[in-house]
Amino acid sequence: MSPQEIQDSLKTKFGDAVLESKLDAPQPWIKIAPNKAKSIGFFLRDEPSLQFDFMSCLSGVDYNDGNLGIVYHLYSMAHKHKIVLKASCTKDNPNIQSVSEVWGTANWHEREVFDMFGIYFDEHPDLRRILCPDDYPGFPLRKDFKVPEFYNGMKVPY
Amino acid sequence: MIDSKVLPTDYVTQPGRFRTSTGKTLKTDEMIINMGPQHPSTHGVLRLEIVVDGEIVVDVIPHIGYLHRCFEKHAEYMTNYQQVIPYADRMDYLASMNNDWAYALAVERLMKIEVPPRVEYIRVIMAELNRIASHLIAVGTFGIDMGAFTPFLWCFRDRERILDLFEMTCGARLLYNYIWVGGLSHDLPAKFVEKAKDFCQYFKPNIVELNSLLTYNEIFIKRTANVGVLPKDVAVNYACSGPMLRGSGISWDLRRADPYGVYDKFDWEVQIGEGEMGQVGDVWDRYIVKVREMEQSVKIIEQALAAIPEGNVQSAIPKRIRPEHGEIYVRTESPRGELGFYIISDGSTSPYRVKARSPAFVNLSVLPEIAQGCMIADLVAIVGSTDIVLGEVDR
Repeated sequence: MSPQEIQDSLKTKFGDAVLESKLDAPQPWIKIAPNKAKSIGFFLRDEPSLQFDFMSCLSGVDYNDGNLGIVYHLYSMAHKHKIVLKASCTKDNPNIQSVSEVWGTANWHEREVFDMFGIYFDEHPDLRRILCPDDYPGFPLRKDFKVPEFYNGMKVPY
Repeated sequence: MIDSKVLPTDYVTQPGRFRTSTGKTLKTDEMIINMGPQHPSTHGVLRLEIVVDGEIVVDVIPHIGYLHRCFEKHAEYMTNYQQVIPYADRMDYLASMNNDWAYALAVERLMKIEVPPRVEYIRVIMAELNRIASHLIAVGTFGIDMGAFTPFLWCFRDRERILDLFEMTCGARLLYNYIWVGGLSHDLPAKFVEKAKDFCQYFKPNIVELNSLLTYNEIFIKRTANVGVLPKDVAVNYACSGPMLRGSGISWDLRRADPYGVYDKFDWEVQIGEGEMGQVGDVWDRYIVKVREMEQSVKIIEQALAAIPEGNVQSAIPKRIRPEHGEIYVRTESPRGELGFYIISDGSTSPYRVKARSPAFVNLSVLPEIAQGCMIADLVAIVGSTDIVLGEVDR
């Protein structure tokens, strides 16, 4: 399916949840509403003509304008087509629906994004830090993150 | 009698005090055992929190991050795209060539750079040599996990020959910084082609030898067949890739499915697990896929060595790397599976965001799913067969 057809089928099913898109980019992307991520994920995975069963990658991004984003790279093993989905939230209210029920791989990816960007995934089964220690202050990959001078009473040497 | 004054109050009053770190309470017969972070069978610093009922594993909770070195943050702070490559080297330190290539390819696709054919051929040769070296370690250490020590030594003996070839080419034995954006750091030295051909001739009978020593050893088969079965649908749902996915019987190799480099010019076959010794997707299948991939890699290397064109390997290296605004996700087949780089450029000389999608991280995330209900000794087999490199899991 072409990116245009994927977008059309999403629009007919979800209407307003498809916010914007850029289909002429080298890797076409569609932006969706953060509170509809799970139902859109189920639709993309289970609809016979789409069958996006393989989530390649899930990345967090800090756009440095008060917004945080999530980028899903999806692929279909059966139809060999791919699409990029995006969702974004503000830094003040960083909540996005979890898709770990749809793709099992999203569980750890979302934990990593939570760890690094502080995006809270609603309905995530196990939202703990994964790479940093549990008591680490702040979210390191945010652009406004400053390395703390002391960590647990120890001086950070750089 | 327990004196309730010296114990914390909730020990006495709250029945569900003993919990796993995910918050599950334990039943009476269950207990928590820690495997790692310092444990020989975890292949690095991985800590597994295991809930056991006798010898049966009820639940596994992997704890990672002990080797976290902030690759992604470092990449944002570099002043130049090329400077990221030594950091990419250190992600999967057993297959540095493949990491370099994945990152360089992502930047090249972002900037639409065409690299000369000689560079493409040398990259294929190096990546496949490194794939053999990496699989040799995977197979050798897996043998140790199963109690077979000799194959490990044999594998390291053969890997040494590959490292000699790398040393001859770029001076380094482990972390090469060899594949650059647009080209290579050095051309091939004199006599490399002959020595690499010699290696292929030397190595082919050694695989047969390894098979007779380890692969078809009865004790080894008893330990690995029908253990840790990863069904197809679970493998796809957890986005497993590489030998992990192919072991489950899915013919899926990015060198074929999403071709890059010059892989489409060579004649080779994707290896899949067929359940010869037990069920499809068991530990033995994941093991045999790696062994057979080494044979295929030798095949690719021989063809590439025969057809390698002349040319300048540094002619396409850009003087200044400033990609336009944009983003790209590029995936390649590293020895462990789909290694992807998602790069966002803001038009400056350093990347705005680099996300490394490492195959070992994703392959490890399926462990709790397939390890439930197995014995503790089998858990060692399953972890060994997933072939994780903790440097890449934690980045």
